[in-house]
Amino acid sequence: MQVIRDDGSLDPNLDPGLSIDQVVALYKAMVRTRVIDDRLNRLQRQGRIAFHVGSLGEEAAIVGSAAALRDRDWIAPCYREVGALLWRGYPLQRYVDHMYGNAGDPVRGRQMPDHTFSREHRYLSVSAPIGTQIPHAVGVAMAAKKRGLDECIGVFFGDGATSSNDFHAAMNFAGVYRAPVLFLCRNNGYAISLPTSEQTAVRTLAEKSAAYRIPATRVDGNDVLAVWKAVRDGVDRAAEGGGPSFIELMTYRMGGHSTSDDPRVYRTEEEVDAWRRADPLLRLRKHIEQRAAWSAELEADWQAVCDAEVRACVRQAESMPASELREVFRDVYAEQPWHLREQEAECLGGPRARDHEEGSS
Amino acid sequence: MSEMNLVQAIQSGLRNAMREDQDVVLIGEDIGKLGGVFRVTQGLQEEFGADRVLDTPLSETGILGVAIGMALHGLRPVSEIQFADFIYPGFDQLVNEAAKYRYRTASELHVPMVVRTPYGGGIRGGQYHSQSPESLFIHTAGLKVVCPSNPHDAKGLLIQSILDDDPVVFFEPKRVYRALKMEVPDEAYTVPLSEAKIVRPGEHVTCVAWGAMLFEALSAADEVRKQGVDVEVIDLRTLWPLDIDTVVNSVKKTGRFVVVHEAPRTCGFGGELVTLVVERAFLHLEAPPVRVTGFDTPFPLTHEREYLPLAHRIAPALLQTARY
Repeated sequence: MQVIRDDGSLDPNLDPGLSIDQVVALYKAMVRTRVIDDRLNRLQRQGRIAFHVGSLGEEAAIVGSAAALRDRDWIAPCYREVGALLWRGYPLQRYVDHMYGNAGDPVRGRQMPDHTFSREHRYLSVSAPIGTQIPHAVGVAMAAKKRGLDECIGVFFGDGATSSNDFHAAMNFAGVYRAPVLFLCRNNGYAISLPTSEQTAVRTLAEKSAAYRIPATRVDGNDVLAVWKAVRDGVDRAAEGGGPSFIELMTYRMGGHSTSDDPRVYRTEEEVDAWRRADPLLRLRKHIEQRAAWSAELEADWQAVCDAEVRACVRQAESMPASELREVFRDVYAEQPWHLREQEAECLGGPRARDHEEGSS
Repeated sequence: MSEMNLVQAIQSGLRNAMREDQDVVLIGEDIGKLGGVFRVTQGLQEEFGADRVLDTPLSETGILGVAIGMALHGLRPVSEIQFADFIYPGFDQLVNEAAKYRYRTASELHVPMVVRTPYGGGIRGGQYHSQSPESLFIHTAGLKVVCPSNPHDAKGLLIQSILDDDPVVFFEPKRVYRALKMEVPDEAYTVPLSEAKIVRPGEHVTCVAWGAMLFEALSAADEVRKQGVDVEVIDLRTLWPLDIDTVVNSVKKTGRFVVVHEAPRTCGFGGELVTLVVERAFLHLEAPPVRVTGFDTPFPLTHEREYLPLAHRIAPALLQTARY
């Protein structure tokens, strides 16, 4: 499914009818996500943060999905979807503090960068093992259904995760219990280095959902309105008691898997160039410019606003002390047991590592 | 009060918990119509409905992963893994997800779930219906591990585990599921976690056990009593977090320590208990601590009674320690 044609016009039969203000808001969120991404990549290259996993080229799939979910719906992220969390109003400062693992980090310096969460924004916690969040999403959906709540959950995962046992277990449970869950598969072409064509023998990932009797849609994931429409259709189906939906978002990971990756080893520059022409931001910009809602001047202004915002957050984050050492020993259990009290005292009262940073005790 | 065996007491605890809290749901294989392969959940689906007692597809990953999601959104799931030997497909969900959710969200999100699972040998179950994998979960920060030995404790510990806000792995000693009946209150009650119980006071040797091996330890204690050795037997009840004081205080009194478990010896929980005792009561020790355990092999079938640390192996260890 495609709504925004390559020339920037809309397919009138599929246009979900968002107002121009709504469409511009989507565009601005996508640009903001990319500007933040770009800044974080630079910070990692400069050795100022340890790691970043970006969403270059996948902004439409991520922001469009988040926008089509309702505020009360949950999001179970993979790890590349901070654009969805920011769409929900998560403070950028909190995210940047998390990237630094400083005293403002909601994860208290316990996880790698890009592993944040927000209960307030109904955004579950990121973990690195692939696919483990998918059964959680089904459980959240089943709990919502059991409690009579009109809620659903969108769970993000990549093409690689469709090989994990968690994916199949979760799809099977969702099918059996008709759980109100949207399986949002970002097929971005690669699982680190492995192309989707070698990940599976089926032609499309959407085919996998047939085995679980879950209706599937395959959409142009670089078309934010197509993504919005497919996800909102899934939300409507879930709300009407129709159970789960599988949405394959066809997109392309224009950057590396993470800052630790070098994609030049396993794919050609020509391939990436072809996808650069399909950049989701370019297509959407063409559309809103045609509708006289955007211009080169507005673009420059907005990029400058986003860049200034992220730079200010970075300055603030770098002025903060590291998360406190005692946080290592907290939140393991609801109440700290004796052995962790002892180990905390041992560590706090003991010698510091040689490269221990000032102010982090 | 009613006479109940372990199966009936656990079932009674589940029934009480489900009547008191709509958010308690059961999830597992064959637990609904059949009532579980050991009949622990018999009649519960009839009473509470199929949306609270879920017969699931055959996937431990699914059962545990979905239970985590339910717990994240306000339910208190009690999952049943049919045999502890089959828990490994869901191991990642327990170790990397349930155990770490509180830590990685600074307690904003947590996973109040119980994983019930029958464990242990002695039922001629061979290597896939006999395992005792408790140390794997004790080793995992964020999990609590409970293992009752008798019906009264089992019901109270189970209700307390369901009320607990952290994930609890609840090992049920299937060898004694129907071995012993005792008076158990019909109404709900709790037995606190992390409190061991001195089930037989004694002066000469401290013997720690849990689950089905508790009865073997008691039987061995009876045997060596005839030879003048007075054994203090402690039922740990909760394995982790451990009631360290009860164990260490006992060893300070007796000066001698024997630990019994079915699991293989190497890196079994007994090794940790011995270390804790040595660290805290070294100057009180009159003899080297001794582990009486399963051997470091897969669980065998034909000779399971030689593999298990039954009374015939515990008694000589007690005597040897007492006479060292």
